[in-house]
Amino acid sequence: MSGAPAFSAEEMMTVAASRMLRNGDVCFVGIGLPSAAANLARLTHAPGVVLIYESGPIGAKPDALPLSIGDGSLAETADTVVSTSEIFRYWLQGGRVTVGFLGAAQIDRYANINTTVIGDYRRPQTRLPGAGGAPEIASCAGKVILVLRQTARTFVERLDFITSVGHLDGGEARKRLGLPGDGPVAVVTDLCLMAPDPATKELTVTHLHPGVTAERVQAATGWNLRFAEVVEETASPGTAELRTLRELKRRTARAHGRTADA
Amino acid sequence: MAEVTSLRNAVEELVHDGDFVALEGFTHLIPFAAGHEIIRQGRKNLSLVRMTPDLIYDQMIGAECARKLVFSWGGNPGVGSLHRLRDAVENGWPQPLELEEHGHGDLSNAYVAGASHLPFAVLRAYAGSDLPRYNDRIRFIDCPFTGERLAAVPAVRPDVAVIHAQKADRKGNVLLWGILGVQKEAVMAARKAIVTVEEIVDHLDAWPNACILPSWTLSAVCCVPGGAHPSYAHGYYERDNPFYCLWDGISRERETFQRWMKRHILDTEDFEEFRRVLQEEMAKEVR
Repeated sequence: MSGAPAFSAEEMMTVAASRMLRNGDVCFVGIGLPSAAANLARLTHAPGVVLIYESGPIGAKPDALPLSIGDGSLAETADTVVSTSEIFRYWLQGGRVTVGFLGAAQIDRYANINTTVIGDYRRPQTRLPGAGGAPEIASCAGKVILVLRQTARTFVERLDFITSVGHLDGGEARKRLGLPGDGPVAVVTDLCLMAPDPATKELTVTHLHPGVTAERVQAATGWNLRFAEVVEETASPGTAELRTLRELKRRTARAHGRTADA
Repeated sequence: MAEVTSLRNAVEELVHDGDFVALEGFTHLIPFAAGHEIIRQGRKNLSLVRMTPDLIYDQMIGAECARKLVFSWGGNPGVGSLHRLRDAVENGWPQPLELEEHGHGDLSNAYVAGASHLPFAVLRAYAGSDLPRYNDRIRFIDCPFTGERLAAVPAVRPDVAVIHAQKADRKGNVLLWGILGVQKEAVMAARKAIVTVEEIVDHLDAWPNACILPSWTLSAVCCVPGGAHPSYAHGYYERDNPFYCLWDGISRERETFQRWMKRHILDTEDFEEFRRVLQEEMAKEVR
């Protein structure tokens, strides 16, 4: 690609993730990258998407992105706010959530998620924040979309800990385990889009973002990565998508009194 | 009936060394003032339960109040790690911390089971997860009707629950609104409960379905304006997001953490003085 791109890799990732949501989806939103993408979808092509946060707001429409999962703006703009136990019982486990939008510290080739620990659980090299609502979301949401930056440290051959299950060891594992939801159907990174192979459930690169090579994606992956027979190029962010995302980031920075990288 | 009293009295009377204590509040209404008072009074060997430990448990763990933590997400929201929690887990400083780790759906419903006086909560989760391998309090049962395999977790029944709310009336009936988290469940599950409030009013003026904890379900109600800072109280003040960012630097090293704790908590009389000192110190930072 010649010249500097008109958008950043992070913007490409957020826009690509936002395109996965549709009007009519009921989306259980994780904080950080998933929240940015879900709100971008709401502000662009999917104004009818319902955003649920684990702190209790249902139908949240925040003007700026929340810094925490329980910011006041979520409650103020929601259709209703219920207790945290109710969110998980009636709304998630009750089968009302069509999409779980999650981030992760690490994933493996079957999109299993580690947010607990790097190294041995009892003698951790790095202690991560832990599960949050992800084990229940990964079990019960209709499907799961993962959004995370891709490096050889985040896309690993073997997870030290499976916090939230993706497709476990592949194939029909989820059915065997009796999990109600379909599990991960897409992984969106700053380099590419992946989807599980229909039979083996191993993640397969389906799209490369503009300017990204297959070699670069492989170098940022800890296992021998599979590519679809025909790998397409992800459509670049449109003018309206970029403008809306940048305005959202600006409002967010203003709201939290810091620069727009939250 | 709840006694309307000072926070110092409430903590003195109701929180004891070795107790199983829940300070709840999901991002919103986190009872910071009460946590500080527990630190000030030097409580030791507490078993702490909280869905999201947040800065308040980071402070209590670093101040050597806790031997065990039951939790489901332990980070500084939107910022990064809880450094004092990590130091305790990774290096046993200032004392080793036993972890009992759950997910949010699990722990929130363990409170519901506690409030319902049932032995356990049941949920559809954890198949394929490693959490049950490291936490033997997550187990599986077969549904007696369908045979479906479901996860079961024991009820949470704290000795003391501590929450912050917006208002109480003069009898000690408490009203809260906005993001409710599991505060009501924690209070109903616990043997004793302390509630700090923004203000005490003549009439609560609430709708019939509002979240109210009748005075007779509580042990103590204490008026502590601003008592949830740096978290927020819906309708009163916003979350102090810059402080959450600042905490990352304060808590990263043991020395800066201890200096901050001494200046702001150990050397202050109460939450009011804490807030005054914090304001002065923050003003210095800006200059």
